[in-house]
Amino acid sequence: MFGKLSWSAVPFDQPIPLLTGAVVIAAILAVLLWVVVRGHLPYLWREWITSVDHKRIGVMYTLLASVMLLRGFADAIMMRAQQALAFQSNGFLPPEHYNQIFSAHGTIMIFFVAMPFVIGLMNLVVPLQLGVRDVAFPTLNSVGFWLTATGALLVNVSLVVGEFARTGWLPYPPLSELTYSPGVGVDYYTWSLEISGVGTLVAGINLVVTVLKIRTRGMTYMRMPIFCWTTLAANLLIVAAFPILTATLAMLILDRYLGFHFFTNEAGGNVMMFMNLIWAWGHPEVYILVLPAFGVFSEVVSTFSGKPLFGYRSMVLATMAICVISFTVWLHHFFTMGAGPDVNAIFGIASMIIAVPTGVKIYNWLFTMFGGRIRFTTPMLWAIGFMVTFIIGGLTGVLVAVPPADFLLHNSLFLVAHFHNVIIGGVLFGAFAGYTYWFPKAFGFRLHEGWGKGAFWCWLIGFYVAFFPLYAVGFLGMTRRMQHYDVAAWTPWLHIASVGAVIILAGIICQIMQLVVSIRERESLRDLTGDPWDGRSLEWSVSSPPPVFNFAVMPDVTGEDAYWSIKRRAQEQAREPDYKPIELPRNSPTGFVCAFFATFVGFAMIWHIWWMVILGLIGAYATFVVFAWRDHDEYEIPADEVARVDRANRAARRDLVTAAGSI
Amino acid sequence: MSIAVAQDDPHHLGVLAMVTHEGLAPKRIVTGYGFWIFLLSDIVMFSCFFAAYAVLLGQTAGGPSGAQLFNLRNVAVETGCLLFSSFTCGMASIASEERNYFWFQIAMAVTCIFGLAFLWIEFHEFADLVARGAGPSRSAFLSAFFTLVGCHGGHVSAGILWLLTMMAQVFAKGFRADIQRRMLCFALFWHALDIIWVAVFSVVYLLGSAV
Repeated sequence: MFGKLSWSAVPFDQPIPLLTGAVVIAAILAVLLWVVVRGHLPYLWREWITSVDHKRIGVMYTLLASVMLLRGFADAIMMRAQQALAFQSNGFLPPEHYNQIFSAHGTIMIFFVAMPFVIGLMNLVVPLQLGVRDVAFPTLNSVGFWLTATGALLVNVSLVVGEFARTGWLPYPPLSELTYSPGVGVDYYTWSLEISGVGTLVAGINLVVTVLKIRTRGMTYMRMPIFCWTTLAANLLIVAAFPILTATLAMLILDRYLGFHFFTNEAGGNVMMFMNLIWAWGHPEVYILVLPAFGVFSEVVSTFSGKPLFGYRSMVLATMAICVISFTVWLHHFFTMGAGPDVNAIFGIASMIIAVPTGVKIYNWLFTMFGGRIRFTTPMLWAIGFMVTFIIGGLTGVLVAVPPADFLLHNSLFLVAHFHNVIIGGVLFGAFAGYTYWFPKAFGFRLHEGWGKGAFWCWLIGFYVAFFPLYAVGFLGMTRRMQHYDVAAWTPWLHIASVGAVIILAGIICQIMQLVVSIRERESLRDLTGDPWDGRSLEWSVSSPPPVFNFAVMPDVTGEDAYWSIKRRAQEQAREPDYKPIELPRNSPTGFVCAFFATFVGFAMIWHIWWMVILGLIGAYATFVVFAWRDHDEYEIPADEVARVDRANRAARRDLVTAAGSI
Repeated sequence: MSIAVAQDDPHHLGVLAMVTHEGLAPKRIVTGYGFWIFLLSDIVMFSCFFAAYAVLLGQTAGGPSGAQLFNLRNVAVETGCLLFSSFTCGMASIASEERNYFWFQIAMAVTCIFGLAFLWIEFHEFADLVARGAGPSRSAFLSAFFTLVGCHGGHVSAGILWLLTMMAQVFAKGFRADIQRRMLCFALFWHALDIIWVAVFSVVYLLGSAV
């Protein structure tokens, strides 16, 4: 009846996951209870869960990423504590639990923190920057988000029902094959990523088509803000790379479920095929994450330097160059696995070449700041911290791109330090910069600067204290993923690293405080004009938060830095436009219901509950049929209402201009 | 250069700054374009299975090879069914454009029948192989074969489910604009499966028989 599922799947003998699980379940129940008792449920359902508004979906993506960041960080600090304690001892985490923790940490941080964070920012901002009212496929957008949430949910269910993979964040065979991983851990991994991978693909298609086909009049390609360009590049990579992940994991699933021989040791299976396929997805994935972050920094640096971006054309070119070259470097992840010197040399050179366009970008940001009137706000601090940190991470990356050096450093903590250096220093700092920069746009009030700066300094210092010792122990020969060790020389470095993790914890606490304080003091932080930073692109030309239709009248773009030129010419103060009614897509529970069924399909697949799989699939199909049968997929906002909303925004801006003129 | 030009061209784009853009594309274009992008991603997925097949082609683990297993006459009939169904699918597209209800349903029904015939032949091929002890777990070569061809067959099955849903929808709602857009996507999907089948036929069956 319930396949492999029984009460023995719940780890009653392991206090850490059980207690954590109990606390999380209690917290979720408490929040649900509060929502229901206070009567917020209809509001949540109507305005958020079924929303197809790109701004709402963007916020939900970012929220998911933030919550998952806490989970991923909890794993991280446990690992650092374990390694600090585990000199000639077992520490406090038994090996099978420790292995699950480092696997879950990587999986969660990449797929359920970094990915939803950048996709959330792109969803929130790109249609506003392009001067349009919505994305290309609003309902699919919602489906994409909810499927991502399903993946995150399944990974977290594994904490209390069964186990998670012990194979690392990429399940290398033959370890991940049924022979060596007979439990459900790898199945949790594969099914949650298959499901969230579909969600990511949907989001990618949606954003590609949005940038290519849904732009306001006059918004030519070369007038798009750089964030739109990096969005385009990142989502092209999603469309080209994520199917590879889907196919590769499907092969692993077939090996595990039906006795196929893609990656097995016997009957002709080929383990190296897994390495090649997974990294043909995995390396573009790195750029899927970091390109949007580059876009955020471009916007932030330009705005807070009060100048147009330096070298716009070269920035576009560098972005698209990275987009292409990122597909030609995958083999550098396994130089040591016997491809031979010729192949290694080619991929080593390609890996160094990709550093060139990245270097171009760094110079462009520096020259944008040069001679500018720089304002050291929180987003700008993240950008500057990024530039310093990312250059170091890039340099160590170029170092391991040299095959002979890589033979020494492969799978050492040097490598771990390197990729945290680029992912924290690049992607995460970018996500935080974007979060602080666009928060007022999403919610109508700014985030508290003091707590924000505190968070920045704790994260920056904490990062260096936590990861630079790892470069050192890497040189001392420590390999990654060690549950315990016998080398006394490593211990002091690992102690320092765990102090770094605590400093980062302080940074996260600052961020939580920042959010709490900002919400409580929102009246004094209120952004009345919609343009709190003196911005240059179109998202700042609408009120904060923007009306559901974004633009009362679709802007007509006549040059680059669209909003800057509008401000300069004070065109917006010209006569009132002719307001027309606006048609918008109707909200739909399709995404939520579809993800509900996908959760059951995934869970049932993991535990071999075949009847539930069939029911779930029928349910998901039925959901789409019901959606397709709708008679009205749009609703109309009358011209009067559009005019009322827009006049209020214009009045607020006029006051600002008058106030500025009187100074 | 005058100051006015410099102000309108802060990024120094030169002639590129003169390019114009007319605004949002119509819905039909957006939908079709989006579906093309999806098909491209689907083809990337298929290309992984093709690559796996190419890598594992010789890995028969002492079991039967393609030359011993494939019946090219059957495959030719399969190919004929699928190509003809693509033709009738094209007819259904025209009927949908012309809003001709009768011929739309006829053409879709014929497409469905040929699609089912294709699946029936494929199912028998698979069942026959398994019965002869040449199932997917026999060797890496057969794993790759069953996965690639089975993935295509799975797509055809999903396509038939979609086709029947389209027929029901046109029956219930008529040729609404959104339904016509959906029909456009379905036709793209069905033709793309044909293109993939041509590759399957050439790579899997023709080249595979030579090994």
